[in-house]
Amino acid sequence: MADTTTGRETPAAGPSTGPAHVTMQVWRGDHDGGSFTEYVMPAVEGEVVLDVVHRIQAGPAPDLACRWNCKAGKCGSCSAEINGLPRLMCMTRMDQLPPDEPVTVAPMRTFPIIRDLVTDVSFNYEMARQLPPFSPGPPEPDGTYRMMQVDIERGQEFRKCIECFMCQDVCHVIRDHEENKPHYAGPRLFIRAMELESHPLDTDDRRELVRRHLGVGYCNITKCCTEVCPEHIKITDNGIIPLKERVVDASYDPVAWLGRRILRRTKSSAAESGRRAPAQRAAAPGAPSDGAG
Amino acid sequence: MADHETHDYDVVVIGAGGAGLRAAIEACEMGQRTALVCKSLLGKAHTVMAEGGAAAAMGNVWPEDNWQVHFRDTMRGGKMLNNWRMAQLHAQEAPDRIYELERWGALFDRTTDGRILQRDFGGHRYARLAHVGDRTGLELIRTLQQRAVALDIDVFMECKVLRLVKDAEGTVSAAVGYRRPTGDAVVFKAKAFVLATGSIGKSWLYTSNSWESTGDGHAMAAWAGADLIDMEFVQFHPTGMVWPLSVRGILVTEGVRGDGGVLRNTDGRRFMFDYIPKMFAAETADTEEEADRWYDDHINNRRPPELLPRDEVARSINSEVKAGRGGPHGGVFLDIATRRSPEYIRRRLPSMYHQFMELAGVDITASPMEVGPTCHYMMGGVRVDADTERSTVSGLYAAGEVAGGMHGANRLGGNSLSDLLVFGRRAGKAAAEFAQGRTGAPAADAGEVAAVVADAEAPLARAGGESPYEVHHDLQRTMQDLVGIIRTDAELRQALEELDVLDERAARVSVPGGRAYNPGWNLATDLPAMLTVSRMVASGALERRESRGGHTREDYPAADIEFGGVNLVQRIDAEGSYTLEREDLPVMPPELRALFEEDVH
Repeated sequence: MADTTTGRETPAAGPSTGPAHVTMQVWRGDHDGGSFTEYVMPAVEGEVVLDVVHRIQAGPAPDLACRWNCKAGKCGSCSAEINGLPRLMCMTRMDQLPPDEPVTVAPMRTFPIIRDLVTDVSFNYEMARQLPPFSPGPPEPDGTYRMMQVDIERGQEFRKCIECFMCQDVCHVIRDHEENKPHYAGPRLFIRAMELESHPLDTDDRRELVRRHLGVGYCNITKCCTEVCPEHIKITDNGIIPLKERVVDASYDPVAWLGRRILRRTKSSAAESGRRAPAQRAAAPGAPSDGAG
Repeated sequence: MADHETHDYDVVVIGAGGAGLRAAIEACEMGQRTALVCKSLLGKAHTVMAEGGAAAAMGNVWPEDNWQVHFRDTMRGGKMLNNWRMAQLHAQEAPDRIYELERWGALFDRTTDGRILQRDFGGHRYARLAHVGDRTGLELIRTLQQRAVALDIDVFMECKVLRLVKDAEGTVSAAVGYRRPTGDAVVFKAKAFVLATGSIGKSWLYTSNSWESTGDGHAMAAWAGADLIDMEFVQFHPTGMVWPLSVRGILVTEGVRGDGGVLRNTDGRRFMFDYIPKMFAAETADTEEEADRWYDDHINNRRPPELLPRDEVARSINSEVKAGRGGPHGGVFLDIATRRSPEYIRRRLPSMYHQFMELAGVDITASPMEVGPTCHYMMGGVRVDADTERSTVSGLYAAGEVAGGMHGANRLGGNSLSDLLVFGRRAGKAAAEFAQGRTGAPAADAGEVAAVVADAEAPLARAGGESPYEVHHDLQRTMQDLVGIIRTDAELRQALEELDVLDERAARVSVPGGRAYNPGWNLATDLPAMLTVSRMVASGALERRESRGGHTREDYPAADIEFGGVNLVQRIDAEGSYTLEREDLPVMPPELRALFEEDVH
């Protein structure tokens, strides 16, 4: 190439040692059902699963539905189940999958199908509306805040979340239990709650909400969410377990209980105003015991 | 056409990246019924890809910093073509916008005394970028997203807007589009509209931009009769990944260089010392020793040439590769491995570490990265009033990348995130004020709405036409090869001829399947905007017979004093013809001009 940004010729590919073709089995269908369709595509060095999906769109199946945006593992749009495991299509290299077997690509199972690989993830957005927002105390005299790096590192870990929703997809409380969704927010929202709980400036107390309406007690710490997190957030160890501990402390510590009774009048208005319609559902019958598992 | 759903609002914001979110928050807080309409899911817009940080002269690391220094850096980086008033407002208001994010829950990295830490970046005299490792864009969009949720703003996700419709008085009254999951048409009537649609990068083959960057807002404004300026200025970020081919163009943050990384050619030479332009010679180190001392002592040393503005670095990389001193895949080497400890690299640049390890199999704590220029940012856009972001069409506002003027001929790294916040807020405020003053219900002609929808749906009804993917790919080839980083008269004329042919081909594409979540059809509906904006880029580039910032003409390699005093203004007139005029830059007041005559500390 004569120029780094121009030049009509495509640079010659390096010596290829991989197979000449890849076989993709992609789930096609909608909410009424569907099945896997097989596409055999030329193999190209260095590609990720999303590249092959894009070549299928540009070739045999222009209407193959899939979400994607950044193609660099930063936006969390292209979540799918690749060979049965939740992965980002843009970060799954073809050469790291078994070479002699077809690659299956299916939509996330926990969410309703819209079309092909695209699911309706609105559940997650609805749940996010139930958490009362960040509510800081007064700033320093100069109008800004002081926080030490060591005090925000836990919160920063949770804020690495790219909302790919694969932790939600793999969570067995809702994966095959649609009936749990109304009263279970899932790992993504638990780390959001823990992020706010651990924020050095936040003044709100969301523990009762987390226990009663977001169902943290249902989680029995199988750590499936942590395993699939593309950002390697320690969802269970650093998020859910400490959150369960705080909720338990709040529920069973008699001093805290008394304090809450006194404080409730002053704080509950803020907490209530941040909560939206879905939270108005009555607490689920048979609500779980806290700290289960 | 089937019946379509209609929504009525005071303010409709199109685009939900940083600028759109910030505009919607402001309009909502001013009591306006506000809707946010976006092509993807909320929180996935291209802002999420911003890595390095948001520039704001808070002076937390270098107390010597202030808005005047930031203003001066921005204007010089933009080769003095910036709208001075926008650059001034931006420099003055950026710190408040950053502190505001902190009040809304953002967790920026800290100084040892607990304030917001700031990092070095190209073209900025002092360490000025508020950041969170190398994922600042994610922090910014998530904070704004959570603020929008707290305010209960209505969000229409996965909804593509096709066209703006004006009322009899010429005020924008409606936006017509469709919901991607169903393909059903939707009409938003409102008293004021804010465009915050981002970029046009998907018209180039090698780009850091996502599929959404198809110039929708640029084109919709032009189709509505608005002026666009500076369309010839496209930023090629110096450091994109080059290998493997499938990741070519993906961004490698300037933070690598801000944190000590250097560029080397295949001989191992730090070649940027060979490309220091006169304009920046007085403040750029000319020995490696001085450059290396600068990281710890900005006062007594001059900055490394690797941190020159992006246009300079991108052109230099291009020249090295052209001279045969590039790497095996047509790039040069970005080396931080020999300069910083593995722990430091992993802590400061976690996303880059991750990205190279997983996508290229390269450990950046042990080996250099091969990098080359990638289409990154559109400096040009909708011409706006600096204080209100009002376009030249009544009822229409624009903020962020879709607006022109702020960055002149070249944007400094870090100035984009602060631009989104400063002008997103101002656009939301001005749109809300306009909506409050507008009387009567906005009206949209039903026939015009129906025509927009029918036009969009035509590729589904057509059979035997070309695939939109082929037309898109050929458009990318044309823009990459002929309207790229180095331009010539003959190639630009050829590009315009090829665009004529592509226009005809785009009008005949056909796609199989239905309307529901059909990416082929979605792409077909993106093509008209991409073609319109590409034509404006090529036309501006042909007219500007000089080299300045992001626009380099091989046949006119020097800056020209006359072109340095004008914006190229483009519009589409009522008959549908493209027009292009030169217009003098707004005159900078003497007290600001004085900043360029003396050294500012």
